[in-house]
Amino acid sequence: MIVGSQLCKRYPGGFEALKNVSFEIAGGEMVLIGGHSGAGKTTLLKLLSAIERPTSGSLVVNGQNLVALRHAALPFLRRNLGLIFQDQKLLFDRTALDNVLLPLEIIGLSPKEAARRARAALDKVGLLEREKANPIALSGGEQQRLAIARAVVNRPTILIADEPTANLDEESARQVIDLFVAFNQVRVTVIIATHAPHGIPGKDVRVMTLDHGALAS
Amino acid sequence: MKTWFRQHFAALARASRRLLRAPLSTLLSIMVIGIAMTLPAAGYLLLDNLKALGASSTSAQQMSLFMETSASEKQVAEARDNLQALLPDQWRFVSRADALQQLKANEGMAEIVSSLPKNPLPDAFIIEPVDASPETLERLSSTLASWNGVAHVQLDSAWIKRFDAFLRLGRLTVNLLAVIFAAGLIAVTFNTIRLQVLAGAEEIEVARLIGATDGFIRRPFYYSGILQGGLGGIVAALLIFVGITALSPSVAQLAQLYGSHFALQGLAFPHILALIACGGALGFVGAQLSVSLALRQMK
Ligand SMILES: Nc1ncnc2c1ncn2[C@@H]1O[C@H](COP(=O)(O)OP(=O)(O)OP(=O)(O)O)[C@@H](O)[C@H]1O
Ligand SMILES: [Mg+2]
Repeated sequence: MIVGSQLCKRYPGGFEALKNVSFEIAGGEMVLIGGHSGAGKTTLLKLLSAIERPTSGSLVVNGQNLVALRHAALPFLRRNLGLIFQDQKLLFDRTALDNVLLPLEIIGLSPKEAARRARAALDKVGLLEREKANPIALSGGEQQRLAIARAVVNRPTILIADEPTANLDEESARQVIDLFVAFNQVRVTVIIATHAPHGIPGKDVRVMTLDHGALAS
Repeated sequence: MKTWFRQHFAALARASRRLLRAPLSTLLSIMVIGIAMTLPAAGYLLLDNLKALGASSTSAQQMSLFMETSASEKQVAEARDNLQALLPDQWRFVSRADALQQLKANEGMAEIVSSLPKNPLPDAFIIEPVDASPETLERLSSTLASWNGVAHVQLDSAWIKRFDAFLRLGRLTVNLLAVIFAAGLIAVTFNTIRLQVLAGAEEIEVARLIGATDGFIRRPFYYSGILQGGLGGIVAALLIFVGITALSPSVAQLAQLYGSHFALQGLAFPHILALIACGGALGFVGAQLSVSLALRQMK
């Protein structure tokens, strides 16, 4: 459950990227956030994942008020979120498997259990055969799926993805969207920012559209 | 608890991997740390050896008590009883007759001695106190001098005092040296850890975004500093071992020329452990400073 009310975000330069945005997202929902470039989609996702703090308003994620969140509590909030970044942020100094292992090392899982879970996540996104590959040797679609594997390996309750299909051809984009639909079917809340929010055939999704930082309905 | 061990073990493993990823620079900084630790450690060892040398040279702790030539037998017996009470079995008596006999035994002295009208030598006691610290010897000598019939107490403590002052000065110098080199060691660790943090900036950023605590991010760097310092300590112990081994025969030879059985003492096992622990602790301090600064700059 996510509740944002009267959210404003003003960046240090003075630019107001979000203006009085209020919304509710129920657990298990699938939401697309649309809007033109610069509308504030990434900014909204950054507030949801506590990478940025709102200038005013309130935001509650999984029962935690992000406006008043202590610095020490931040890591534990993040472990319940699966984040897929616009620039993916894969690590190119290690294998695909090691990329997926990182979140599990962070929570201190035993190496055996961690390897088992990481392989299961790679399998789910269809990359098990490429576990030893360096991400740099993967195609754009494969890199995106690797980023998804890393985001879901911790079994988060909320998946947050920023433009996950932006640079993919139709076939790869469909694979990626199918993955999100599959996770949503097991009650994971999915929030995806995209500049072109198409509906998904046979799937009930909500579209929230931002326009110059304000929510248009 | 199990998780705690696992996290620390994982951090240690990540630290080792990081060190092994740049083997040459790791080796170099371990060498630098080792050499920096060798100098003060060798200084302390030298002081220990000098102290042992001072304690082993008997003349340093020997004093002679000379009775007056006119002292009565009763006075000599009294002195003997007093000595036995004060320093049981730490003395021996040299009668004036024995002393004359010894003098006669010297080449060319026999004639001169026999031409003397009477024995000019006094009765004497040679004292070797177990507690030979300069202060005790000083106090002892004034006590003995106050006894009846005692002419003179001869004490070679001026030499001991000078030696002691020299040792104190040496200790001070080595302490200063140790402080300077400890600062150097911290600086070296600071620098290598800083490079490691910057090289791992991307990983640190990602780890933070996906839920790493500060501890998870810092721990491997701490272990890295501790490992480098500890390995530097081992290098220092090795260098000192090599140095002692190289010097020992010459020192033994020199000691033999002086009729002494003095032998150079190397590092004992507790010393080696202390070296490694010091290196590790200083490495930890350097890493802690470095990581705090580098992470603050990265934010
Ligand atoms: N760190 C920042 N400092 C200052 N201004 C920023 C910062 N980040 C974003 N902005 C501004 O805020 C506005 C919204 O940015 P945001 O990244 O949220 O847009 P977006 O909807 O994700 O766009 P896109 O589709 O191009 O990714 C933009 O005009 C951008 O210039
Ligand atoms: Mg964006």
